[in-house]
Amino acid sequence: MGFYFTQFLTGLASASSLFLVAAGLSIIFGVTRIVNLAHGSFYMLGAYIAYSIVTSIDVGPVGFWLAVLAAAVAVGLIGVAVEMLLLRRIYHAPEMFQLLATFGVVLVVQDAALAIWGPADKLGPRAPGLDGAVRIFGELVPQYDLAMIVLGPLVLGAIWLLFHKTRWGTLVRAATQDRQMLGALGANQKVLFTSVFFAGAALAGLGGAAQVPREAVSLFTDLNIIAEAFVIVVVGGMGSILGAFLAAVLISELNAFGILIFPQITLVLMFLVMAVILVVRPWGLLGRPEFIARGPGEMPEAPYRPADGRLKLLGLAALLLLVAVPLAGDDFLMVLMVDVLLLALFATSLHFIMGPGGMVSFGHAAYFGLGAYGAAMLTKLLDTPMELAVAGGIAAAAAGAVVFGWFCVRLSGVYFAMLTLAFAQIGWSVVFQWGDVTGGDDGILNVWPAAWASSRIVFYYLTLALCTGAILFMRHLLYAPFGYGLRAGRDSPLRAEAIGIDVRMRQWHGFILAGAMSGLAGSLYAFSKGSVFPDIMAIPQSIDGLMMVLLGGVKTLSGPYVGAAAFHLLEDQISRLEFWRAILGVTILFLVIVFPQGLVGFLRQRLSRDEAAP
Amino acid sequence: MRIPTRLVLGAAALAVVGMSGAASAQDIRIGEINSYKRLPAFLDPYRNGWEMALDEINAEGGVSMDGKKRKLVVITRDDAGKPGNAVKIAEELVSRENVALLAGGFLSNIGLALADFAKQKKVLYLAGEPLSDALVWESGNRYTFRLRPSTYMQAAMLAEEAAKAGKTKWAAVAPNYAYGKDGVGAYKKAFAATGAKVEWIEEQWPPVFKIDAGPVVRALEQAKPEAIYNVLFGPDLLKFAREGKLRGLFEGRMVVGLLTGEPEYLDPLKDEAPEGWIVTGYPWYAIDTPAHNKFRAAYEKRFKTYPRTGSIVGYNLMLSLAAVLEKAGSTDTEKLVDAMKGLKIEDSPSGPFEYRAIDHQSTMGAWVGRTAVRDGKPVMVDWSYRDGAKYLPPDEEVRKMRPAD
Repeated sequence: MGFYFTQFLTGLASASSLFLVAAGLSIIFGVTRIVNLAHGSFYMLGAYIAYSIVTSIDVGPVGFWLAVLAAAVAVGLIGVAVEMLLLRRIYHAPEMFQLLATFGVVLVVQDAALAIWGPADKLGPRAPGLDGAVRIFGELVPQYDLAMIVLGPLVLGAIWLLFHKTRWGTLVRAATQDRQMLGALGANQKVLFTSVFFAGAALAGLGGAAQVPREAVSLFTDLNIIAEAFVIVVVGGMGSILGAFLAAVLISELNAFGILIFPQITLVLMFLVMAVILVVRPWGLLGRPEFIARGPGEMPEAPYRPADGRLKLLGLAALLLLVAVPLAGDDFLMVLMVDVLLLALFATSLHFIMGPGGMVSFGHAAYFGLGAYGAAMLTKLLDTPMELAVAGGIAAAAAGAVVFGWFCVRLSGVYFAMLTLAFAQIGWSVVFQWGDVTGGDDGILNVWPAAWASSRIVFYYLTLALCTGAILFMRHLLYAPFGYGLRAGRDSPLRAEAIGIDVRMRQWHGFILAGAMSGLAGSLYAFSKGSVFPDIMAIPQSIDGLMMVLLGGVKTLSGPYVGAAAFHLLEDQISRLEFWRAILGVTILFLVIVFPQGLVGFLRQRLSRDEAAP
Repeated sequence: MRIPTRLVLGAAALAVVGMSGAASAQDIRIGEINSYKRLPAFLDPYRNGWEMALDEINAEGGVSMDGKKRKLVVITRDDAGKPGNAVKIAEELVSRENVALLAGGFLSNIGLALADFAKQKKVLYLAGEPLSDALVWESGNRYTFRLRPSTYMQAAMLAEEAAKAGKTKWAAVAPNYAYGKDGVGAYKKAFAATGAKVEWIEEQWPPVFKIDAGPVVRALEQAKPEAIYNVLFGPDLLKFAREGKLRGLFEGRMVVGLLTGEPEYLDPLKDEAPEGWIVTGYPWYAIDTPAHNKFRAAYEKRFKTYPRTGSIVGYNLMLSLAAVLEKAGSTDTEKLVDAMKGLKIEDSPSGPFEYRAIDHQSTMGAWVGRTAVRDGKPVMVDWSYRDGAKYLPPDEEVRKMRPAD
């Protein structure tokens, strides 16, 4: 009995720390609708700053908590700087575009932390006055765990008071519900957004700082916490602080007891819980149906126009250049361009559901990975010829999309995105864990192309033909009734239903098609590298896809492949430099500020302006 | 736009090479790939190590080939921790940079991806850091060699030491990925091979770098094992050691830790480091051999810090590359591969070792000892160096595991 009670307490302590990060994220998302990838970076900075303070001055029990608070405020101010210098400039960009900017911040912070605090992991001192353990039912429980158990509800109470007893809190709640209405009523949104960023970042910093006596401070912290924070927010229900707390407790306790029965469970538990909750309760535990909130001043999207003569010529010229690549006589150029082509197809298939379909997927890598693993496993286990293995890869990806998509299209907005993420992570963890069949993270080796396609030049042309064909096929579909229906469902589901389009069915079909195309890219990728590893279906791969689409311009049809080429070639060149992450991050920030419509979006704006001029 | 520029540049480069062919062809180019930014804590010391060896070799004029001295040039690149990237970079190093051979890797999956690439493209690959047993056994191939003592070797060293204590009820905690699984599997196998009686009563598998240490420690404690085998490293180890100490997990229990004694993992624990754990590691402060003293003095002078395990791996890696080039007397891959088989390195700071012809694993060993805290710093005591050659399975077993070349 004592064991289970103290295990419960241990779970509560973990829950408190999760809650602190998630609360900040929830507030920022609720008001600004920004999916803030840099939230994990704020958490990590909080931990590092607190570590620096408590190791450089001799703090007493009171001083320790003051140091934690100081770290939180410092991180809050960093959040303010990010908001004022960066995000404020791009609120008018298409929805989700800010994601790209926060990704740039993540990269910059990673290198900055490495430069400031060095590569070694840090173990901070234990909290003064709370450095021992007490016996509860005969079991040892660290005093600091008890402090954490108190801190969580304390912060929850403080936020509740702030939200319900102050004018600022009322504004935040109003903005979470309907931002445009609040603006129409004359509330100063600039100040509100900045202050919300301060509060959110400070909470993340507090979460990180409070973990110093429990956790090692390391350069991995940022990426480790970010997915978890999102899961907590979504399971709790967007904008619901109490929901986030309940979700944190639920997940931490399931983990604390789950590992007693199935020690490997931690790997996938969060995402399993999220998938189940979202399928049963589409808006999380305590969330309410999402209001359709567009960004301030966002223009309704213009319908796609077929390419005019000039654009067709441009496309043909680009294609001719691609055909001419092998003439350069540089083997590596072909290898690099195979990567670019496959990523272009991957990004285009993501854009197919994200742009015209209005379904932003955070888990598109799942289908890329299913394609790659499908092809690799057929090759490895059944010795299938390459041609059939590629077809098998496509089928595997499509089958995955049939199942996952059926659940996903029942949701919308960020809940849709998070459910795709949950399924992708579940798929990833199956591949990762099931070592006997998939090779686990040692992957599947020796998946090289068939003899006839093994020369670089033949494989290049094969890739070029298949990717160009697939991209043109998707483009064609968007001008066919199928694509019009898809866009109708995005722009006005009600009207689309009224004229007889089964929106959900259409979205499901779109999802499956995008999955299959992504699977084609994945299976070719397997053959181009000769091996597959689980990282190609992990979160960073999905994020890369989003970055490519956003960089190119989500509202354009050629954006995804232009974005993919730009992103991959930039990364390829910049990763040769010493501080390449910071340089890549700054480059992204620069592109984000200069081209808030994406690269192609910017070009199109310029062209149409030229045309409008006499 | 891209292609013409490249064409022009390429033509220009060719022209330059053509004109000054003799001079630049002197240098031997080596390609090195690693996840420097992803794992700086382990790879910065490693890079220091090979850079130091490289400069020492080049200060002597380089390696002797055809009676002439030729300098080594290392082209090093960051793979961002992605196997696909590593393969792409390998393609570039081989086809554009014309490297004579490839080296590097830290994560096992990147090591495996590069090994498979080496096999397919017939280029020599020397894996420095990757520990995966599959690299030289199940997935071994003619073109791949590995320097560092593998998971199996280090686990076998620990098992030999731990079996003497006669504990029978064991629990294991390991990160939930290939290295953790191999680490536990190899230890179980090696322990059973000692003939000691053993019963595994509990296993915990937290995700790598994401341990929720409290519940894990309590789950282990509840099983009441007599001894614990630990494969955690990095931030996971720090959290586990702290929580375990706070919750009394280690009281009256024997703990065995794979790699725990390596400065990279042990030092951040400072005065909270656990005492009395049986570990593999690197007691740089206490090794007193002429070769190591020279290495340590030069390292400390140059980098103003002490060497880590990675430093010695990086250093030995470069020594091996220079030695194989000299022995082969050529940059031809097949000749290099033949020269690697049985290549002996006599004067390394860790002692002599050789690359076994049978499975391409080097016999570089590791130090086994017990953890202790001296003057507020964690150290290894009662340690001894274990020659890797003694901790490998019998030849017939190796032949069965390894596919024919």
